[in-house]
Amino acid sequence: MSTENLPGLPEEPIARKGMFGVKDTGDTSGYNRLVVRRPPKLVSGRPYGSYFDEVADALEPAFADAIERVVVDRGEVTFHVRRERLPEVMKHLRDDPALRFELSLGVSGVHYPEETGAELRAVYHLCSITHNRRVRVEVSCPDADPHIPSTVQVYPTHDWHERETYDFFGIVFDGHPALTRIEMPDDWEGHPQRKDYPLGGIPVEYRGAEVPAPDRRRSYS
Amino acid sequence: MSTTETEGRIYDVAGQDWDELVKTVSESADERLVVNMGPQHPSTHGVLRLVLTLDGETVTEARTVIGYLHTGIEKNMEYRTWTQGVTFVTRMDYLAPIFNETAYCMGVEKLLGITDRIPDRAQAIRVLTMELTRISSHLVAIATFGLELGATTPMLFGFREREMVLDLMEYITGLRMNMAYVRPGGVSVDLPAGAVDKIGEFLKVMPGRIKEMRKLLDANPVYTRRTKDVAYLDLTGCMALGITGPMLRAAGLPWDLRKSQPYCGYETYEFDVPTQNTCDVYGRYLVRMAEMEESLKIIEQALDRLSGPLKGGPVMIEDKKIGWPSQLALGPDGLGNSPDHIAHIMGSSMEALIHHFKLVTEGFRVPAGQAYASVESPRGELGAHVVSDGGTRPYRVHFRDPSFTNLQAVPATCEGGMVADVISAVASIDPVMGGVDR
Repeated sequence: MSTENLPGLPEEPIARKGMFGVKDTGDTSGYNRLVVRRPPKLVSGRPYGSYFDEVADALEPAFADAIERVVVDRGEVTFHVRRERLPEVMKHLRDDPALRFELSLGVSGVHYPEETGAELRAVYHLCSITHNRRVRVEVSCPDADPHIPSTVQVYPTHDWHERETYDFFGIVFDGHPALTRIEMPDDWEGHPQRKDYPLGGIPVEYRGAEVPAPDRRRSYS
Repeated sequence: MSTTETEGRIYDVAGQDWDELVKTVSESADERLVVNMGPQHPSTHGVLRLVLTLDGETVTEARTVIGYLHTGIEKNMEYRTWTQGVTFVTRMDYLAPIFNETAYCMGVEKLLGITDRIPDRAQAIRVLTMELTRISSHLVAIATFGLELGATTPMLFGFREREMVLDLMEYITGLRMNMAYVRPGGVSVDLPAGAVDKIGEFLKVMPGRIKEMRKLLDANPVYTRRTKDVAYLDLTGCMALGITGPMLRAAGLPWDLRKSQPYCGYETYEFDVPTQNTCDVYGRYLVRMAEMEESLKIIEQALDRLSGPLKGGPVMIEDKKIGWPSQLALGPDGLGNSPDHIAHIMGSSMEALIHHFKLVTEGFRVPAGQAYASVESPRGELGAHVVSDGGTRPYRVHFRDPSFTNLQAVPATCEGGMVADVISAVASIDPVMGGVDR
């Protein structure tokens, strides 16, 4: 069969096959031929729309090599920045009169174990009170080398936020004044929000039947 | 090496004679005293621990230790459906549960791309319940604050008034706290019959009660001495530390997300953003008081709409693939499944049964991506960073809780001041440890 007239088949890697997470036994769900692919990696081109072009214009001349890609999705703009250049970019975002992102809303971590080389992400949400705008800055680092330069010098509020992200994801923020755990006890082993860290919990008996722990229950996604 | 060698002499205060303790401390030649305040101290607002280094009565170093109430809510949510997530987030900042729910639901709705399709009635109910919650949260802030400075009457007044709000919330949602009322797509259940009248009565009583509180505190010499020019933090400090909410507005900046980046239809309500430029504890108190009065205005407008043009409208998105299938009904033992709905799915419609079953067991899928939604909670900007991988469960949810960020101001506001002012400084930040530690 010729496929020339058909839309291109998705090239993304396979996220899962079948349904309900059946692995060890035969799949009797009727979904065993189902193939679900990962969502594509988004890259947006110009024009970005809204005020995003103005922000990009003010940012890109000086940092064209620092910005890996720009994503405009659901009315929000994300600048993926190379980790080596992060403090400079943040400083520029804060100080440039056309940008003026004075207020940082902290750091959030995300762990994508399947994205080799960029497993750990630090996500920064910035807000400009002068222009009433928001942007998101995303930085990645590999699991094998979990280092991202600290931005506490630029935004002092990142002090606790970076400690929290270190605590939960194991991202080491180089240059942080005192990078210690903040939520978990000091002697805790592991970083709980990572995807390879189990949730824990015990099966519970209810009316003679056993309800498995939450992370052992049937999953539909 | 023993602790005494590394840390210096340790004075234990576990139930011995205080006179003896005072005697031994005063005999000691050591000027520098490290005091552990909390994590179980009545004026630390929960399980907050402050390590204060004192030189006489002056605080030279204030360190904040948190994490005593960390419950792993964000991690737990990754193992439940998007709808079940509401039940978790509502327990974060337990004094302002509706705000957590709304921020989270707005994030999920942004990911689903349905922000514009949320029914107006649901948005008005969200605004109504949020403003009611803002009043109850500010009342607790002011009540506990009074108590911590030694005034019991504001505490009694504050909690008495808060009880009225909690009664209303119980009447509307079925629960006083942790209601899980706001859901992705709308709210879980419409206002019950009589709710509008009850809130109307509340609106009649409340302005007088706020005036009573103001009479008690606004010009009270003891109160003003303990609050004026205490815990100074100016606009520069607020910006650097990421402080939002009443603390920022007491530094003179009228930054309120309800005005600057409106959501849930706030742009259609008339209200003012109160500010003060004293940058101190008293200014924050005044801002909170004025905000309660503004909230009453918003509630009145929302109530007019709910009983007028929006009467009888839907409170959940029409999309049957997202909207929670059942309407709950208030029974003698609280909120439960609506008997009409049960009759419908069990007796007359197989499709409705399948829909119900799929939505309740699997939940809906959310397209992959990330979104950030924020609301103006009583303590500042409450943001939800919501990430989906395209599945029926959140891939990652992170809450930017204002209490967490604002607590970073403790060293900036306390160091160099008197130890007694630490109490009012922390109280003016109004941290809720459930939100800080999550």
